[in-house]
Amino acid sequence: MHEMSLCEAIIETAEKQASIQQYKSVKCIHLEIGELSCVEAEAMHFAFDAVAKGSIADGATLHIDRVPGQGWCSQCEAKVKIKQRYDACPICEFYPLDIRQGDAMRIKDMEVI
Amino acid sequence: MCTVCGCGENEEQGHEHHEHAHSYDHDYSKGEAGVHVAGLSQSRLVSIEQDILAKNNSYADANRGYFAQHGILTLNLVSSPGAGKTTLLTKTIEALDSAFPISVIEGDQQTANDAKRIRATGVKAVQINTGKGCHLDGHMIGHAMGDLKVKDQSLLFIENVGNLVCPAAFDLGEAHKVVILSTPEGEDKPLKYPDMFHAADLMILNKTDLLPYLDFDVQACINNARRVNPGIKVLQLSATTGEGMDNWLNWIKAAREFSLIGSLSIGEA
Repeated sequence: MHEMSLCEAIIETAEKQASIQQYKSVKCIHLEIGELSCVEAEAMHFAFDAVAKGSIADGATLHIDRVPGQGWCSQCEAKVKIKQRYDACPICEFYPLDIRQGDAMRIKDMEVI
Repeated sequence: MCTVCGCGENEEQGHEHHEHAHSYDHDYSKGEAGVHVAGLSQSRLVSIEQDILAKNNSYADANRGYFAQHGILTLNLVSSPGAGKTTLLTKTIEALDSAFPISVIEGDQQTANDAKRIRATGVKAVQINTGKGCHLDGHMIGHAMGDLKVKDQSLLFIENVGNLVCPAAFDLGEAHKVVILSTPEGEDKPLKYPDMFHAADLMILNKTDLLPYLDFDVQACINNARRVNPGIKVLQLSATTGEGMDNWLNWIKAAREFSLIGSLSIGEA
């Protein structure tokens, strides 16, 4: 349940940014979570509601954009879609592919008051 | 208006376009400014553009910098519960026979049993109980280092919480993650938990003494690990019988030599 720790990190960021960017509460948090990262969106929502209670983001909505996995096939010299880190190239079945997208977890922006 | 998805723009028309529930009220007249000005929202969008793990990574970087300067080799041992991390550690400490200072950070959700087992070998160990947490993080390691007073040019083992998922994402500042897979677990573990095997530099296939009694395909297991991480090194051993332990000890000694080179404590000597 590392989603709990990730949500704590998000709340910490929101509280730290409050004095820098001058806001009092957070209404929406927009995340980009790669499909190849070890994060379940549902677990993230569940954990967020619990962790956000009493914080600057109490009652805030969590928006999660799933960023699709993308790898580079050095045989085809092409970017290809992948579902798993170890997927082979769907065109020529070569692996390993160089992961180019979909393994990151980022806080993109927040809607604040 | 929610500047993320644009809802609230046409609120007077009533809209049903939300795919996600907004828990806040769209009537701005109840807001802090007490007025509702068309086109002017009280809320605003602030850009963050930050890795969720940025804070952990900054702690990990600080740890890594300290280790590099002081010539400390830090190995983060990760595995499922019961793969044999603590037995491997105690046997390793005994086999190294005080060749250089060793200390251990033990991570478990509860109990100090493992730290007691380590201390019985004569080395310093500190137990971190993560409680509900399923992994160690960079901040915990920084505190534990202070408690342990880790010596320069020493070897620091971190025995992470038994879990092949969560510890993969949390950098502790270690030189290498070492993933331990025991033969009864099955050869498809690297495919089931690809993040961990991707993050590790070395895979130890433990409990090889049980192979005659198991339907375990060693080559298939290694192929699975290399599919996830082509550069992963693999050692086969049995911590219980001692078979294959020499390769592991040699790997540690080589890694330690490497961590000493360029460290401040050597440069000043």
